Amino acid sequence: MKPTDISAPDYFHKVVDCQWACPAHTPVPEYIRLIAAGRYSDAYMINWESNVFPGILGRTCDRPCEPACRRGRVEAEPVAICRLKRVAADFKDDIRARLPKPAARKNGKRIALVGGGPASLAVARDLAPMGYECIVFDQDPQVGGMMRTQIPKFRLPESVLDEECQYILDLGIAFVGGKRIDSMKALLKENFDACFVGCGAPRGRDLDIPGRKEAAKNIHIGIDWLSSVSFGHIDKIGKRVVVLGGGNTAMDCCRSSRRLGGEDVTVVVRSGFEEMKASPWEKEDAMHEDIPIFNFLVPKEFTHDNGRLTGVLFEKVKAEYDAKGRRKLVPTGEPDRHFPCDDVLVAVGQENAFPWIERDCGIAFDKWDMPKVDPKTMASTHPKVFFGGDAAFGPKNIIWAVAHGHDAAISIDRLCRGEDIAVRPPPQINVASQKMGIHEWSYDNEIAPDKRYRVPHRDKVLSLRDIKSEVELGYDIELALKEAERCLNCDVQTVFTGQLCIECDACVDICPMDCITFTQNGDEAELRTRLQAPAQNVTQDLYVANDLKTGRVMVKDEDVCLHCGLCAERCPTGAWDMQKYLIDMTLAEQACQLKA
Amino acid sequence: MTYVVKPKFHHPELPKNKLGYTHRDYEGAVSTLCAGCGHDSITASIIEACFELSIEPHRVAKISGIGCSSKTPTYFLGNSHGFNSVHGRMPSVLTGANLANRDLIYLGVSGDGDSASIGFGQFAHCLRRGVNMVYIVENNGVYGLTKGQFSATADRGSKSKRGVVNSDSAIDMVGIALQIGASFVARSFSGDKKQLTPLIKAAIEHQGAAFIDVISPCVAFNNHAGSTKSFDYVREHNEAVNFLDFMTGRPPIHVDYAPGTVERVEQHDGTVLTLRKLDAEYDVHDRLAAMSFLHHHADLGQIVTGLLYVERDAEDLHGHLNTVEAPLNALSEKDLCPGAAVLDKINASLR
Ligand SMILES: Cc1cc2nc3c(=O)[nH]c(=O)nc-3n(C[C@H](O)[C@H](O)[C@H](O)COP(=O)(O)OP(=O)(O)OC[C@H]3O[C@@H](n4cnc5c(N)ncnc54)[C@H](O)[C@@H]3O)c2cc1C
Ligand SMILES: Cc1ncc(C[n+]2csc(CCOP(=O)(O)OP(=O)(O)O)c2C)c(N)n1
Ligand code: SF4
Ligand code: SF4
Ligand code: SF4
Ligand SMILES: [Mg+2]
Repeated sequence: MKPTDISAPDYFHKVVDCQWACPAHTPVPEYIRLIAAGRYSDAYMINWESNVFPGILGRTCDRPCEPACRRGRVEAEPVAICRLKRVAADFKDDIRARLPKPAARKNGKRIALVGGGPASLAVARDLAPMGYECIVFDQDPQVGGMMRTQIPKFRLPESVLDEECQYILDLGIAFVGGKRIDSMKALLKENFDACFVGCGAPRGRDLDIPGRKEAAKNIHIGIDWLSSVSFGHIDKIGKRVVVLGGGNTAMDCCRSSRRLGGEDVTVVVRSGFEEMKASPWEKEDAMHEDIPIFNFLVPKEFTHDNGRLTGVLFEKVKAEYDAKGRRKLVPTGEPDRHFPCDDVLVAVGQENAFPWIERDCGIAFDKWDMPKVDPKTMASTHPKVFFGGDAAFGPKNIIWAVAHGHDAAISIDRLCRGEDIAVRPPPQINVASQKMGIHEWSYDNEIAPDKRYRVPHRDKVLSLRDIKSEVELGYDIELALKEAERCLNCDVQTVFTGQLCIECDACVDICPMDCITFTQNGDEAELRTRLQAPAQNVTQDLYVANDLKTGRVMVKDEDVCLHCGLCAERCPTGAWDMQKYLIDMTLAEQACQLKA
Repeated sequence: MTYVVKPKFHHPELPKNKLGYTHRDYEGAVSTLCAGCGHDSITASIIEACFELSIEPHRVAKISGIGCSSKTPTYFLGNSHGFNSVHGRMPSVLTGANLANRDLIYLGVSGDGDSASIGFGQFAHCLRRGVNMVYIVENNGVYGLTKGQFSATADRGSKSKRGVVNSDSAIDMVGIALQIGASFVARSFSGDKKQLTPLIKAAIEHQGAAFIDVISPCVAFNNHAGSTKSFDYVREHNEAVNFLDFMTGRPPIHVDYAPGTVERVEQHDGTVLTLRKLDAEYDVHDRLAAMSFLHHHADLGQIVTGLLYVERDAEDLHGHLNTVEAPLNALSEKDLCPGAAVLDKINASLR
């Protein structure tokens, strides 16, 4: 193998599994260390820079970082990265003085943003302090998009949402609520310097089976129903409720039902329980609220008594796999099952809809009727129109919406400056050795053996009584500290200097995870077979270094390194050093500061 | 000295031996030796050897004298028996323990100071008697623990860290072991675990006095230019005569060697060592030839390593003395006090 180029920005970034997996590349270990140090406001600000909504995401994020967390590979469960983010938000001081100020002087550029969800808000947050005039249009009276209209208040209190939206509005952004944009052509005529489309994926899929029309009164589309609940238009539901669908929307529907009079609430999914789209913790929370989940049942018919819904009839199926491993659901032949109920919530998927974008306005759509969007620049085929969030590539989540927002902001800024939007600013990297003395390191390198701590919940009876009462209470400071100490500090990198090494093997012998091998070089696949410990996780890099006197190479498998620093501590010559690599994605605003 | 506690976490796919243990289960406390000390690598090799042989830790007694090297039994086999004796006295304590209980595996760990200076007599007599043990000397040419004075194995003409030239001639412990009757004699290098680990395994399986001289650089006091026990010097002058490849009980590794270069060495107890010869002429059963080979190469400034001698039909001290099979602590009062009639018989035989 070629010696590893550790100066390539992505090399050590990938080692920080959580940060690499986060769409917005939040510097996770750095904020966790700050939480452990009791510096909640600092931890909050790091998050705010990267992901814009720490308090919201700390409660609702889909947390792609956690399955990636190295702790999950060396122990049973990942660090509770998401809920620690909430800790930063819960325990911070008033940070308003630390936020950017509205631009003193506008730069004369006007940006239209369609939709007031997280995607548009992220774009506006990045651009407004630089002097851009950002005008956000939303058909709803308030900002927040689906964070407000869909996510139930028992998961995300209104106060948290309001606070973090306000931080953005305070940057001098114009929010035009209650204004639906009906024509892209008309909008383009208003001569904005750029348009950002963050209108989400607003359409809930329906289920066209017998009885749908007749019993329509008690059959509701999940996301429409949730937004009516959110706006206060709906405040009760029948005693017996069947929720169709296995995603997070279904979970919010069933749990909301439990709070609005549903006593016997059931979730029914077509596929198997394991393949459900809902996050495992959402399923857990639903079941904890006495909501059973039935699987392998395909809805066949809404049964009704002269238009009054009486229940749903299902066909029992099983999964069969063809030669190519594709799954098919086939009837088992067992008798159909009938679930009697008073109301049905249909949560079987969400779709994009762009009725207001004329197809001849210069924005190309693909065969699935989705806009053609460049995933790096978020540009459409119209030079001034950018997409982001659920509108860009279909329904995702808040953190992706934010990440898209950052990318679109960079593009819009470059466009307005007359620069090539394809050129992206590299991340900013700050390297600092952590060595303070012979055995002193400026990070806590002791590895806590603790298992993941559970977040305390409000008493079930109390939570079910009030739909606005938040279920999760969040970690207290003590639990937060313990959970924070589970973090392995994967951003404190093991950096090797071959010229200094005397090949004494001290690092090999001390490494608790058998990461290090000195051996003859070879190609990667072959090298992986003869390392100190099996190196079968090919998604994790091998760090290869030469310059050794014996002509061998040092090979370190990054996979399960604990970043404990024992290698550096035992090395007599300082050939290993522990260096903190702070990697910050460059946002639009910083990119312009760097140039200045 | 390391202050960080070594985490209990280990690699999730670490191989397990027949007992279900990983090599981490054979560790002891974290080493307090200087970072980079060769002795720590020998510790790692002992751990690996015991792991690979699926030895139950409670069946091992590790016994040492005084010195950095003699501290190392604390760093391996945390669940074994141990006795950290006085300077140079490991052999007598070990001999006593072995006589009392022949069921244990005896690992004697010593240094060049411990065994070639103050304990020279003990070293000689225990090998001469054929105590069934593994005798490892972690040889760095200095008294490490007392800050680096030349030991008796330091080569004449080699330089101390402060530039003083050693004027005394060196004791070659391998030469003495051969001459004195050790039935298994080997030399290796702490920086070459591939060679060392199989040698330790073979020595453990050998029934008799097995001696291994392991050159083990002292990074604090004897790893400079002018030293003949430094990493660089040993790597440059290492003259390996053979490698042990595998042993009984393990699936054979299929490697094709040039004909005549592989030798199967059957031991007294039926175990078989497979030797990969690097020097085709070298005969591991010829004590005399081994001694002259050693001297010849020493004159050329080469350090001969590998399995240098193994006796075909080794016998141990228990065999010579015709002692009881059972450990003394397992003998009943009846065995130990066979009664007046037997005493009379013995007395009569002595009259
Ligand atoms: C029930 C449910 C629960 C969810 N829970 C989570 C969760 O826990 N965590 C998570 O990360 N994600 C969750 N999501 C997904 C998340 O809400 C979305 O991915 C995210 O809000 C998308 O952001 P966005 O900015 O693209 O659009 P949206 O948030 O959808 O905002 C789009 C806005 O544009 C407005 N709009 C649309 N068309 C027009 C127009 N023509 N003119 C004016 N305004 C317009 C809409 O009214 C809306 O306010 C959930 C989604 C649902 C449905
Ligand atoms: C009876 C006695 N004499 C002298 C000493 C001092 N002393 C301690 S260790 C040591 C030498 C150890 O050398 P070696 O066996 O080579 O061990 P190393 O530290 O080099 O591994 C000496 C002389 C002692 N502890 N006891
Ligand atoms: S930091 Fe060093 S010693 Fe610790 S696990 Fe990683 S490679 Fe091993
Ligand atoms: S401990 Fe240091 S000098 Fe020794 S082998 Fe490891 S990197 Fe090289
Ligand atoms: S003084 Fe020498 S022998 Fe002793 S621990 Fe340090 S390096 Fe090893
Ligand atoms: Mg010594």
